Amino acid sequence: MKVRAGMMRWWCKMSDPILEFNNVDIEYQTRGDNAVHAVNDATFTIDEHDYFGLVGESGCGKSTIADAIVGGLDDNGEISSGTIRYKGTEIQNYSESQFNKEIRWKEISVIPQSSMNSLDPVMKLSQQAVEIAKYHTDLSKAEAIDRLRELFDVVGLSESRIHDYPHQFSGGMQQRAIIAFSLFLQPSLIIADEPTTALDVIMQDQILDHINSLKEEWEISMLMITHDISVVFENCDTMAVMHGGQIAEAGNVVDLFDRPRHPYAILLQNAFPDVRYPDRELAVIEGHPPQLREKPDFCTFADRCPWSIAECYEGAPDPQSVEGDEDHQAWCIRANEMDELAADHLTKPAEGRSILEDIQ
Amino acid sequence: MSSDVPVLELRGLEKYFNTSSGLLDTVKNRITRKSPTFVQAVDGVNMQLWENQVQGVIGESGCGKTTLLRTLIGLYKPTNGQLLFHGDPVSEFTKEEWKEFRRHVQIVFQDPFNSLDPKFSVRRTVAEPLEIHGIAYDIGQIKEMLESVGLTPAEKYLGRFPNQLSGGEKQRVAIARGLITKPDVILADEPASMLDVSTQAEILNLLNKLTDEFGVSMVYISHDLSTVSYICDKINVMYLGRVVEEAPTKQLLTEPKHPYTQALIQSIPIPDPHYERERAAVGGEPGDPINMPAGCRFKNRCPERMDVCDQTPMDVALSDDTNRTVACHLYYDHSTEKTEQAQ
Repeated sequence: MKVRAGMMRWWCKMSDPILEFNNVDIEYQTRGDNAVHAVNDATFTIDEHDYFGLVGESGCGKSTIADAIVGGLDDNGEISSGTIRYKGTEIQNYSESQFNKEIRWKEISVIPQSSMNSLDPVMKLSQQAVEIAKYHTDLSKAEAIDRLRELFDVVGLSESRIHDYPHQFSGGMQQRAIIAFSLFLQPSLIIADEPTTALDVIMQDQILDHINSLKEEWEISMLMITHDISVVFENCDTMAVMHGGQIAEAGNVVDLFDRPRHPYAILLQNAFPDVRYPDRELAVIEGHPPQLREKPDFCTFADRCPWSIAECYEGAPDPQSVEGDEDHQAWCIRANEMDELAADHLTKPAEGRSILEDIQ
Repeated sequence: MSSDVPVLELRGLEKYFNTSSGLLDTVKNRITRKSPTFVQAVDGVNMQLWENQVQGVIGESGCGKTTLLRTLIGLYKPTNGQLLFHGDPVSEFTKEEWKEFRRHVQIVFQDPFNSLDPKFSVRRTVAEPLEIHGIAYDIGQIKEMLESVGLTPAEKYLGRFPNQLSGGEKQRVAIARGLITKPDVILADEPASMLDVSTQAEILNLLNKLTDEFGVSMVYISHDLSTVSYICDKINVMYLGRVVEEAPTKQLLTEPKHPYTQALIQSIPIPDPHYERERAAVGGEPGDPINMPAGCRFKNRCPERMDVCDQTPMDVALSDDTNRTVACHLYYDHSTEKTEQAQ
């Protein structure tokens, strides 16, 4: 009995996962019997009320993952193996109508990459809200417009502008409108694909501030896809780094920052300019990820990795738990040696050297 | 070349665009006696670029950075003000002098995917400026240039076409094309912004190395303060067509004076989960650049708004430092200014 009580407490402490990827492979069929293996053996978990950041360079498969979750893969794309669980239910084989009825907007909504192109240019925003309501709820027209009005207030847009056309909005305002739409049916999970990439820094900061405030007020989980590692470090709780269709490292943001164990995650952090240390030399990652014509049975970073060895090419790497951290895994066979191998890259600049210290 | 004259100098440069688009608008304006409306894209910019200096221009999109760059290379004729090259005003250049000017001032564009001719091999792309300017060259020179921008071994790249190059390699070719005529000035329009982080670092390191090696001056335009700080000695902050602050990089970052600069710096995300950043207190968006109101252009977003902000602020040098100026009413004493005007 005692043991079970202990177990119970342990279970309660952990929040339930809202989205689980288990060894997911995603392929795109191309002409001539070839396939592009865009995502391979992707495994990660997003817990309820967590903000999860997915980072990687263009073409690494991060947007494919987002599309797969809401059944939005292109016609030639398919999930060839593995399971995607949403709140415990497998959704990878859902049909279009099942996605429409059970998942899209109500449970999972998407903030797409380019806000400028994702609003219908010939429809007023209020009409677009009515359309969502018509297909996904039994709200009346007036109720739908009332709800949009409330949501405009939430994202900091003037309520008087709900009858405007998208072109009357600036880029930042369109992005806010999209966020308002994504909240329309009170989803539990929002997928934000590069939500601020096209925006200026000040606007980016305001939008991220709004996205952050949703967490408490709306009890939302988020999958934030970006190439900007600093946005993830500031706004997310957990994260994964992807390279060449494989997950390289996943865990808590603080653990990943303090103890990165995959060479790509280590170098990526040092390649990122930090305004606090303008004199620091930026790390360079040579080469590019391989073409994924076949399912890679090797580490896709091996060619670019300064520490790769012959074994890196013998089989895709299995995840290694990082000692001392909870749920922190690196898909690198040398993860446990990285401490010594990458010692030069792992020393952080001393806090005192930051040139921003004196501001105000 | 005497070094007491700046390589490039802007004096009160203004570039306005007429917004009335066609005949109908023009006729209508005539009849209704309405004066045409202008976009004040660049409004009174002063800037001096010295030999071996790397200057940054930062600001939000639509603040006039690209217009400034195009005016600098002579693509736009300034509405008012002067552009001087080694002390000579370019407005009086003859056709030959313009050609000479264009040899000495080269540009690297934002988008390497569209700025290279897809039908030109790397060899031809890099050799083209030399041919246009009638400069004798041999293949060794081109190879040497390719190696110095990090495309090694050069033989491997000579025969390649842009579609066989990655984004970072394309941008290196564009940089090689810019440097081959041995210019005095390179104008770079966000050359790293379209690239992935790892490649971006490559290009930034390369530009840093090359400006030292070739002794060229550079104007680097970007909206991203954290990349600019890696490259530039001095930064000009632009807001709606005006330079609101200029200062050496470190000073600008450590003690920004203009409220807009402060907001910009506070808005940069820091890649460190331990770091607690205070978000900037600035709301809203830059206004409409058409028919701007008088006074400071930042006044409607400014947390330090005062009554006096309805007057256009002067560029003032800070008393403790001759190296920097700021255009903000907070930093000068208005009683003395008024007496000066009265005299």
